[in-house]
Amino acid sequence: MRVQKHIPVQQAVENVRSGDTIMVGGFGLVGSPLTLIDALTHRDVTDLTIISNNVGETGKGLGILLQQGKLKKAIGSYFTSNREVAQWYNEGKLELELLPQGTFAEAIRAGGAGIGGFYTKTAVGTELAAGKETREIEGETYLLEKPLKADVAFVRAEKADTKGNLVYYKTARNFNPVMASAASYVVAEVDDIVNEGELDPEAIATPHLFVDALVQSRYVLTKEGVVDRGR
Amino acid sequence: MAGKEAIAKRAAEDLEPFSIINLGIGVPTLVANYLDKDSYYLHTENGMLGVTSVEEVEVDPLLVNAGKLPVGEAVGASYFHSADSFAMIRGGHVDVAILGALQVDAAGRVANWAVPGKDIIGVGGAMDLLVGAKKIMITTNHVSKDGSPKIVDACTYPVTSTRKADVIITDLAVFRWIDDGYVLTELRGEATLQEIAEKTTAAYRVSEELAAKGDPT
Repeated sequence: MRVQKHIPVQQAVENVRSGDTIMVGGFGLVGSPLTLIDALTHRDVTDLTIISNNVGETGKGLGILLQQGKLKKAIGSYFTSNREVAQWYNEGKLELELLPQGTFAEAIRAGGAGIGGFYTKTAVGTELAAGKETREIEGETYLLEKPLKADVAFVRAEKADTKGNLVYYKTARNFNPVMASAASYVVAEVDDIVNEGELDPEAIATPHLFVDALVQSRYVLTKEGVVDRGR
Repeated sequence: MAGKEAIAKRAAEDLEPFSIINLGIGVPTLVANYLDKDSYYLHTENGMLGVTSVEEVEVDPLLVNAGKLPVGEAVGASYFHSADSFAMIRGGHVDVAILGALQVDAAGRVANWAVPGKDIIGVGGAMDLLVGAKKIMITTNHVSKDGSPKIVDACTYPVTSTRKADVIITDLAVFRWIDDGYVLTELRGEATLQEIAEKTTAAYRVSEELAAKGDPT
């Protein structure tokens, strides 16, 4: 049966429930699904766990959800880019789980690939190893890291075809392809949706089986900052 | 040449042509200004090999380095997702990581991600780079802003890894890890052996060449 994947953004965020865990792509605002995040700011949901490298920037992207008090927990590698994160954390209003960036990315990859965990040398002997199992492998100490999965993933790509195949753009790719593999319901925000057959099969970085829905981008990052292109 | 620029220039001189290099935030980023863009490959952990500088008019907001600064695309550049990027790093495919440091200690351990008493809320790729790059080069001022030594007996800041830094380049000196500890191999600018001894609390050896030369009297 042919499925219509292109849906209105409001419909895409209807699938988010209070208490959900949501993966959100992006390195800061670069490659972040700003239109989906904006739509989520209009939903009455709370206690969300966000898996994203950063919590956006102050008052931008995921930073708006933080200001609205919708977040219970954030899992990522670099929260320093949004100064309000420390404030909320210190007031006991936000839980944080900090992972080295490579461990964070690999945990998501593992989550999407059906891997139950992995051993890495990263963070061995540091404060971020606290409470984690270690193991000697061929004379070296490794740390056991568990996979990350989510109820929903919001990712950002440049282009999709109507099947949901995705093509990315430069460093806006970042965490998006791995996140597209690791959630039960995956929505990709894109600038263009072309007919199937119009994307070069060799250029498709995320095959359509990972993607449940497509939405058209409205808020985009430009040299002048985040701009509303309207729709 | 200002201190930071001089450190960056010296670091650039230490690199083998055609190396794969990852530059951290701060002084390391400046190293790119002193590299011949045709003979080095710059990797950035947010997913690109083949980073170059970019003119203001050509800035693309979706093309940035790990410090979120705009960059350009070298001929032969490639893009990849974050998990692949860190597989390159942990897998030993990056030749040199050039990183800043809050402290480096006599055991070669680097502290560069957290300050005690401040909120520890960001680590980024620092721990992965220290574990995975074939060679670790630290670029830093010799002492901190308040004048306290940064090359210390044992790190008092949280360490980033237990892996040793191979080279330390400061505004005053170059140290290299040889056998079981750091060796002072070079004095920079007007620095003297005595000055380095006063501003370094880590134990280190002095290279035979520098020891033979001694300080000017």
